[in-house]
Amino acid sequence: MSYLVHNLKTVPVGLRKVLHLNWPLFLLVTAVACFGFLMLYSVAGGSFDPWAAAQAKRFGVGMVLMLVVAFIPIYFWRNVAGLAYAVSLFLLIGVALFGEVGMGAQRWIDLGFMRLQPSELMKIALVMALAAYYDWLDISKVSKPLWVGLPLLMIAVPMLLVLKQPDLGTALLLGLGGTAILWLAGVHWGYFAAATLSVVGLISAVLFSRGTSWQLLKNYQYRRIDTFLDPASDPLGAGYHITQSKIALGSGGWSGRGFMQGTQSRLNFLPEKQTDFIFTTLAEELGFIGGISLLFLYALIVLFCVISALNNRDRFGALLTLGIATTFFLFFAVNMSMVMGLAPVVGVPLPLVSYGGTAMLVLMLAFGLVQSAHIHRPK
Amino acid sequence: MSLNNRHNEPAAKRLTRRGLILFGAQVGFMGLLGLRLRFLQVDQADEFRLLAEENRINIHLLPPARGLIFDRNGVPLAENAQNYRIVMVREQAGDVTTILDRLGRIIPLSDDDRATALKNLKRRSGFVPITVAEHLSWEQLAAVSANAPALPGVTAEVGLTRHYPLAEDFTHIVGYVGRVTDYDLNRIEDPDPLLQIPKFQIGKSGVELKIERRLRGFAGTKRIEVNSVGRVMREIDRKEGQSGAKVELTVDHRLQNYVQARLAGQSASAVVMDVKSGDLMAIGSAPSFDPNKFVTGISTTEFDELMADPFSPFANKATQGTYPPGSTFKMMVALAALKEGVITADEEVTCRGHMELGNQRFHCWKRAGHGRVNLRDSLKQSCDVYYYELAQRIGIEKIAEMARQFGLGDRLALPLNGIAAGLMPTKAWKKRIYGEQWRIGDTLNASIGQGYVLTSPLQLATMVARLATGRAVVPKLLKSVDGVNTFVPPPEALDIPAPVLAAIRDGMFAVSNERHGTGYSTRVAEKSMRMAGKSGTSQVRRITTAERKAGVTSNADLPWERRDHALFVAYAPFDAPRFAVAVIVEHGGGGSRFAAPIVRDIMLEALYGGKPPPSAYPASQRTRISNERKKLILRDPQT
Repeated sequence: MSYLVHNLKTVPVGLRKVLHLNWPLFLLVTAVACFGFLMLYSVAGGSFDPWAAAQAKRFGVGMVLMLVVAFIPIYFWRNVAGLAYAVSLFLLIGVALFGEVGMGAQRWIDLGFMRLQPSELMKIALVMALAAYYDWLDISKVSKPLWVGLPLLMIAVPMLLVLKQPDLGTALLLGLGGTAILWLAGVHWGYFAAATLSVVGLISAVLFSRGTSWQLLKNYQYRRIDTFLDPASDPLGAGYHITQSKIALGSGGWSGRGFMQGTQSRLNFLPEKQTDFIFTTLAEELGFIGGISLLFLYALIVLFCVISALNNRDRFGALLTLGIATTFFLFFAVNMSMVMGLAPVVGVPLPLVSYGGTAMLVLMLAFGLVQSAHIHRPK
Repeated sequence: MSLNNRHNEPAAKRLTRRGLILFGAQVGFMGLLGLRLRFLQVDQADEFRLLAEENRINIHLLPPARGLIFDRNGVPLAENAQNYRIVMVREQAGDVTTILDRLGRIIPLSDDDRATALKNLKRRSGFVPITVAEHLSWEQLAAVSANAPALPGVTAEVGLTRHYPLAEDFTHIVGYVGRVTDYDLNRIEDPDPLLQIPKFQIGKSGVELKIERRLRGFAGTKRIEVNSVGRVMREIDRKEGQSGAKVELTVDHRLQNYVQARLAGQSASAVVMDVKSGDLMAIGSAPSFDPNKFVTGISTTEFDELMADPFSPFANKATQGTYPPGSTFKMMVALAALKEGVITADEEVTCRGHMELGNQRFHCWKRAGHGRVNLRDSLKQSCDVYYYELAQRIGIEKIAEMARQFGLGDRLALPLNGIAAGLMPTKAWKKRIYGEQWRIGDTLNASIGQGYVLTSPLQLATMVARLATGRAVVPKLLKSVDGVNTFVPPPEALDIPAPVLAAIRDGMFAVSNERHGTGYSTRVAEKSMRMAGKSGTSQVRRITTAERKAGVTSNADLPWERRDHALFVAYAPFDAPRFAVAVIVEHGGGGSRFAAPIVRDIMLEALYGGKPPPSAYPASQRTRISNERKKLILRDPQT
């Protein structure tokens, strides 16, 4: 325990921790959230109701949560990582059994005061658990099949549960986010080559299974793939989302229609304008300049996480920070690809901007963990 | 947990390396996203912006109110009546069939209407109002309103629809409107988007058709913002249209009503024209029909009935019908002859009842012959042989030239459809059409208004007006459009010496006012209102020798459609001409007997501006005339 003793001596204690926060990261997160409030205000037709005000409250709660998490020493989080994973997994199973069906998918558990989406929790819990696992695992065993198999199982079980809900987007995030930790931990690249090949194989299997008795995806998922590949084929049907989204984006032009001047999104041409498709509103009203600015802010958040991680000699902290940064990256990358017609519509929100309680709280919790790793890093 | 693990330098280095590779990949992907954003928003911006506009804005046309049509006294002939209709909104109605059932108990709702409404209600979005019933009465509307609580989603609306208050009186002048058909769209080069509006009505005949563009007005536009399912979010702006032009006709509604009533029961037509201004005071064509039926939709049975009517109610016989003018054409021949000097007014021609020409015999209507006749007698008694003689002396070309000066054989310009040009034959014409030489017999036939000559009542009235004034009066139907009076240059004097005209007028006077004149029995007793006229009886076909042998000698023995047309033309008062009247009764028989009384009645009605005093008629006829007039079904019997 001498390392920890030594470690604790070098890290700040008490309120002095505030001075050691990763302030640039803190400010960037706040800036992106403000982007979100503005857009929610605009989408509601210039009103704080029903979305902007609620979102701001959640951000406030999230901020407190982030600070609380940040001030708790990182070793505590490492120690509870396994527990967090177990609880999340338990909740996921609970959702599969007793969850409420909303929007055609079983994703929520009604806790009375809020609706909890365990799949969101799992995104962080999985990263925590994998980081803790590789922190614990001897470096020499990292590429041994048995020790690779265990984390793969840790990824696969929640992924399958989420896929069953069905929530393709979250499953994708869990899979890719988890794989990223394996990569960072130093698992031999041969595994990744093999995985890539098998994914290609799986995709072929999914496509070929269509219409057969062992069809792997739901029909609507196949339709989404179809319309992704050719949105124009059914502009008013299944391709509607993508077509309308591209129209809204494109009509923004260089500098946009101006704040609150967006037409497509406020007139309901866009589906889920306040959640998954909020980027189109932003891009329509604020144009290319607004869209690229948000992308730049996101890039900076990832960059500051990476800088913090690379300067962190604590393996758990570094892995956790990079894992969270990667998950965060996957969030916005998948969402933006989706609204820009580069990926099928899979239902991933734009992090910190889209309206949604659980996602906001979980992200703030994640940044709390990043801050905690930053504050408590060994110098 | 091994502490060495965390201090393992190769592990830390590998983490750093792999972290940087991962970050590099992420930055690369973000670059891709940026490029995609640039492609969509900058490179393709214009295209998408256009698509967005289409997405968002719907332009609704605001149909303008159609221009109103009035008679010369400002009495409305065509107006826009309020059309009460019932519309239904599905999403408010809920159970559509039940509501329709209830509605059917309150207002008449045919199975057809019901099916159409149901189909539209199902097909269109739930918030779109669908017209269920139209052209309802105020009472029906009130009944629906009273039952409103039981009829959710049902509302009453008011629209404008064309209404012709004087119904059948003006069918052939004002015409009627109807829905735009595909045929209309193909026929007319008119890009006006109004025509695309379902149920939009345009002129189909008469003035409604001919000055459609002025009557229609210009559409206003309403730009509305709609959402993805077409629900109206707000009105962006509204540009009011311009309603159609107000049109005043020269026709007098009361006289027109009288003319229609007087012609009723026969297949006949009449034209009343102001000889000085050319104003058409009345254009009668019987039978007629109610144009309102065509606006609201006529039933197939009614339409078929009209189509099958041998009296062809659809035709405006006064302007579209052409008939051999018969003896009413004789003035033209006489004028040509006098002007050319081939005969004087006093020179006498002997009529023995026929004239031999080669091996052909041309009959006078009076078998016994008229004996020695001069110009005056020839008109008065309508001697045919006198005109056979004149025709031989001057030839068809001179006659045709004269007739053209009087508007015969030319299409007169009026805003009515299908105006007939009639036919004034010449040698060249016959050569062109039949490829045959003109024969002298053709000239003889033409000289009594038979053979190839064809005229319309409108042309005859114009001819009489020109005879009465000596000026090239042009008929006029539009008094004013949008408050601007129709400009007509003062008619030019005809190239005919005054004494020649006077001689013809004198002959026409004799027709209507002297004993043995063909119009003597229909003379006017009131001196200041005396007419100058001319009768005509035009053969539809000759009575064949075979028929003559079989005992058919007179019209009454022939079937209706082969009887002669009865014609009479006149102007009055003789001393100071005001009106010219031409009447043709199809297959009516003798002109002096069947057409002349109508001309006199109409003329007096026009001259007195209403019911003429009994003193206007000869004493012996007053009781009969008075009784006949009582039988007429007039809109306002008091006048």
